[in-house]
Amino acid sequence: MKKSKISLVFNKCKIEKRSALITYTVAGDNNVNNSIKILNKISKHADILELGFPHNTPIADGGQIQGSSHRALKHGIKLKDVFHIVKRFKKNNPSKPIILMGYFNLIYQNGEDNFLKSCKASGVDGLIIVDLPYPENKNFANKCKKKSINFIQLISPTTSKDRVKKIIKDSHDMIYYISMLSTTGGELKVSPKKILQNYNKIKRIDPKKNLVIGFGITDKTISSLKSASGLVVGSMLCKTITNSLKMGQNPVTKLDKVVYNLKKKII
Amino acid sequence: MSLKIKKNIPLIDQHDKNYMYGGKFGGNFIPETLKKPIDDLTKLFAKLRKDKKFINERDYYFKNYVGAPTPFIKLENLTEHLKGAQIYAKVVSEANGGAHKIYNATVHCLIAKKAGKKYVVGDTGAGYAGKMLSMAAKKFGLNCKIFMGAKDIKRQRPNADAIKKNGAEIVPVTTGSQTLVDAVSECMRYWVSNCDTTHMCVGSTVGPNIFIKICAWSTAQISRELIEQIKEEFGKIPNKLKLINCVGGGSSAAGFWNEFMDTHAQFIGVEAGGPKNSKLHAAPLTNGSKIGILHGAAQYVIQDKEGQIGSTESISAGLDYPGISPLHCFLKDTKRAKYTSVNDEEALKAYQLVSKLENISPSLEPSHAFAEAIKLAPKLKSSEVIIVNSCGDSLKDKDIIKQKLGSYIR
Ligand SMILES: Cc1ncc(COP(=O)(O)O)c(C=O)c1O
Repeated sequence: MKKSKISLVFNKCKIEKRSALITYTVAGDNNVNNSIKILNKISKHADILELGFPHNTPIADGGQIQGSSHRALKHGIKLKDVFHIVKRFKKNNPSKPIILMGYFNLIYQNGEDNFLKSCKASGVDGLIIVDLPYPENKNFANKCKKKSINFIQLISPTTSKDRVKKIIKDSHDMIYYISMLSTTGGELKVSPKKILQNYNKIKRIDPKKNLVIGFGITDKTISSLKSASGLVVGSMLCKTITNSLKMGQNPVTKLDKVVYNLKKKII
Repeated sequence: MSLKIKKNIPLIDQHDKNYMYGGKFGGNFIPETLKKPIDDLTKLFAKLRKDKKFINERDYYFKNYVGAPTPFIKLENLTEHLKGAQIYAKVVSEANGGAHKIYNATVHCLIAKKAGKKYVVGDTGAGYAGKMLSMAAKKFGLNCKIFMGAKDIKRQRPNADAIKKNGAEIVPVTTGSQTLVDAVSECMRYWVSNCDTTHMCVGSTVGPNIFIKICAWSTAQISRELIEQIKEEFGKIPNKLKLINCVGGGSSAAGFWNEFMDTHAQFIGVEAGGPKNSKLHAAPLTNGSKIGILHGAAQYVIQDKEGQIGSTESISAGLDYPGISPLHCFLKDTKRAKYTSVNDEEALKAYQLVSKLENISPSLEPSHAFAEAIKLAPKLKSSEVIIVNSCGDSLKDKDIIKQKLGSYIR
């Protein structure tokens, strides 16, 4: 079978003996054009780009991402704009993986098949659905697989060992480990050492799996976690956009700098 | 395929292995982090509800703390005034704290104790769910935090004050519409971050399945009392009986109807129609909303084509919610219950009429149910019986009523 772009990126990082840098921004924050510009810029440093499709009633997002989603929705961002952003980005960066992240109701209203068709047409490589846990997600995950779209399973510190094994067994090319009990953007309330201990326990179950860590990672903590296969930074980037808008600065150049610095800390 | 409700199985247990009612309502659309705490709570509750000792404990507190049974009275003057069906009220507002939310709050605190949790958190709209949880938490020695929309804190001040007086912390929620929907979201987000130490109480029959179950199991006390009171009053269940209840999340209605599920009693649920001619009605069952996912469960919900949850507007904070319990979606689709809506003005008028004629004074939520009763009664024969669940007291709405009607009577 042909290797997914997501696998190829992890393979490359393995060879370079470093963890993959994964960014999260919200599609349409603070508008469609800036969103495309941001992706174009930060993709020079980031290995995989997560793109949130905003929902107005998120049950697992912290303040920063809520703020970004709110800005995007205020600008009238619809799913079709999200796919437009992906398509435009992919035209110039065909091999850079894009993962859409969001809540299931938008997919439910759009229709699962319809949604996946749009994913395929625009070049989406993977999906993270926050409120569609295992095993309820089996059906949809299989549909994704058939379309060669990665369905990315989540594992949390509360996930039992038995469950972790089952999730890993049914996972695709990437698994997301949530660092701590928190919504997105909470401060790291567990030591990086403890996070890595948990991480390694999971990693040992199937060392070949690309297991990434996310939630609470910033420029202050990223280097202490760099033994992981991949690291996701999200809220810090959303906050950067918020702050640059507040100060009348250009969010695109600001974000470029921040992501460049994050990358420097893990290579 | 038409949905059927199964006989002799409690309503809350009529779900499939994915916790879906009728294959399409409910479920657990939750972040991975909550899987384990919800699983633990599900197992604990399954054990407790079979445990005689726990049931005795529940009954003890319902009797001695909540004050069971609440009165069942005939509204002689209203019946006389409307000249139709006989109108009765189950005066649930006589329960400790003034509303049905005390049943759910008490049971949640008992469960939290069994689970060894020292902290409880909950959402509130009208403020009753928060007030009751703070009361029960104090009684059972638990620390309590209540999430309440900033708009609701302002318009339901008496209850907000009560929460603080009970020693609980109120967290004002300033996102979105600053009402119940945002309070529930914020409370769930808080629980995601603190589920290792904290027990969460959802204030109505909404949310992930286990919260629907615990809540409806708790409010079922209302109909356990009522069915006895009815038999005492009439000797049997009257041939033509309508049980009318307002529905916000649906916890009072679910509890009011539960014991009558397999009988011929008719159920009418009344949603909030919002201001006259408003498009922002909080009536997903009446106004043909589509199924969507809100707060972890599939249900009829007010939303746009994309799946963004819609805003609602109602004079009654307790009914001002875009979703509705999966249990009521199921009751609607099985045609076991009928749903309708009443607008702000009709609810206010009903409050006024009932308060003037009778010794009870319903809050704006049950006033919606009374408005429907007032519409129906004159069309029915005197042999027919209507019972309204008067599940809240108007005192908490004094300011709104004064502002809208110029004066407040009770
Ligand atoms: C007095 C009263 N009645 C009804 C409701 C609506 O909730 P539910 O439909 O869950 O009973 C509320 C909610 O706050 C309430 O306070």
